[in-house]
Amino acid sequence: MTDTVLSRLNQSLHSVMESDGRVYLLGEDILDPYGGAFKVTRGLSTKFPERVLTTPISEAAIMGVANGMALRGLRPVAEIMFGDFVTLIADQLINHAAKFRWMYNDNVRVPVVVRAPMGGHRGYGPTHSQSLEKLFLGIPGLNVVAPNTLGDPGALLQAAIADNDPVLFVEHKLLYTRPLLESGRGDLVEFEIEKSGKIYPNYILRIPNHIPQLTIASYGYNFELARAAALELLMEHEIFSELILFSQLSPIDLDPLFDALKKTRKLLTIEEGTLSLGWGAEVITRVVEGSSDSNSYKFRRVAARDLPIANSRILEEAILPSVDDIVQSALSLVS
Amino acid sequence: MRQWNAHIHKLNQKHIFPLRYNGPVMDNNYALFKTMLLIRRFEERLLDEFSAGKLVGTTHTYIGQEADAAGIFSVVDPEDVIFSSHRCHGHFLAYGGEAYRLAAELMGKATGLVGGRGGSQHIQWRNFYSNGIQGGIVPVATGMALAEKVQQTGKIVLVFIGDGTLGEGILYESLNIAALWSLPILFVLENNGYAQTTPVEKGVAGSMAGRFSTFGIPVWECRSSDVLEIIPNAQEAVGHVRNEIGPGCLILQTHRFSAHSKGDDLRTQEELSRIRAFDPLKIHGLRLTEEERSRADIEVKGIVEDAFLRAEADLSPLLKTAD
Repeated sequence: MTDTVLSRLNQSLHSVMESDGRVYLLGEDILDPYGGAFKVTRGLSTKFPERVLTTPISEAAIMGVANGMALRGLRPVAEIMFGDFVTLIADQLINHAAKFRWMYNDNVRVPVVVRAPMGGHRGYGPTHSQSLEKLFLGIPGLNVVAPNTLGDPGALLQAAIADNDPVLFVEHKLLYTRPLLESGRGDLVEFEIEKSGKIYPNYILRIPNHIPQLTIASYGYNFELARAAALELLMEHEIFSELILFSQLSPIDLDPLFDALKKTRKLLTIEEGTLSLGWGAEVITRVVEGSSDSNSYKFRRVAARDLPIANSRILEEAILPSVDDIVQSALSLVS
Repeated sequence: MRQWNAHIHKLNQKHIFPLRYNGPVMDNNYALFKTMLLIRRFEERLLDEFSAGKLVGTTHTYIGQEADAAGIFSVVDPEDVIFSSHRCHGHFLAYGGEAYRLAAELMGKATGLVGGRGGSQHIQWRNFYSNGIQGGIVPVATGMALAEKVQQTGKIVLVFIGDGTLGEGILYESLNIAALWSLPILFVLENNGYAQTTPVEKGVAGSMAGRFSTFGIPVWECRSSDVLEIIPNAQEAVGHVRNEIGPGCLILQTHRFSAHSKGDDLRTQEELSRIRAFDPLKIHGLRLTEEERSRADIEVKGIVEDAFLRAEADLSPLLKTAD
């Protein structure tokens, strides 16, 4: 059976809990037989009953307790059932987890991971569909990481657990059932892939033997849309795109982007959070500031409209970014 | 002193960890007085330094509440974990922290407890932590108690809150979890009657003790600024948390003589003189001879003078480019 993002995340929790007795899981409804709202923690409470702690509906306390555990020698992994509820843990992430190390002059480390299923397209309505990670980008001391179907999500989660600093691990709900991509097969047939050697890797996908006309930057689930759009641009419009996929959103490392843009001079950013003041805005600003000839560059952002996410399927799809939105923005960039 | 009689027998039998003061407490009268006097003089000096413009920012003094810290820290184990609040200087000095490192931190010096990064409200040394967010420290301390419990270190956690903290929802989430998971944490509630400028009557409805007992957390309450009345309560509350490996609460009714921070004291002179009658130094000082009191005064003066003079001469930190 093909591995999915969900199965890899689940397997990696099994293996890391097996090998490291300091790893604890905390979250709401994570015990078997339910195994968590999205089943990422399935089987773990049966295997490690002492180290899988089901909690009351108290997101702020879940995060705070995890912070305290991390300060005193454990490696907690907290689950926030819906990423929308990260607003409830904001104080614990910003004023506690992210600050302790620096504020205490490196006397302490806070190896805590908080997993948060984000994202829409599931008809869950305004408060269970958002991609709120943009609110936590640029917080000093906090790493924000998102798995995708290209890298190994399990390895990424293990890297986050091994990280001595706090990590917000953003899992898009639609990724869970997605199969992992295999190099040289399926969608990837058209691409050659370059991986940069970071803890949280970045990937560049190119169509071999063609000069790319456009760079598309994305992360998480929106890499699925970006890839579909790139294939459509190739097949329908003979436009060659280069895809850059980030695993780490913050702190931001745009090295692969600078090299790519020297060739394409056109950047399209894709995110599912709302358009204004988001990830794409920061990426583009950094590119403008950091490139000597950015005057000749062109930019577009594809993101959710600046509206709450509607419950109605029709409205929800109109609000969230789509493959067609990406194709149309790409066409306007290269025209 | 609720539950004192019910628990004392059990405590004597189940005592695993030696308490620091397990002899007759009267033997330690001098040490207790000196601890309280150090807190008092340190913070008076601090306020002077602010007035003289040598310190910037803000501070929250503990003047008037010294018996709480002196009493509690005379019964906790030196390895226990402490999470203190914005009003942390008294706790830190009673914990055994060095006045000089604290003074350097307040002055923003590289030699400060956290290199000048934290300042008055955000310090860390050994197993002592503080943060300036009301209530936010409580779940963190609760998680620490979980870590100490599962790692079987025998340590307990003390977290300091005030009457103002009772307004924060996160406190109640933490109490629930501490009780559900039977965590070795003592919630120390110092009720000084004011949340900044808001009197407790305008900020707290219902019973303070009831907030804890409704979660099944046993409460010890002491309405005194006499350190010798605080100690047995603290001893029993700490002993309960350690021996039962479960949460407890110690409520200390106290009085803050100075402003919440600086320049925000709206209380009348009558009110201030009324509460000054509860001065823990005066109450406990009567148990010392005049010779002992003046010896303590000289020793403490030396510590405070040395702390501030050395700290003032120290270098300021530099922002490293790697930061």
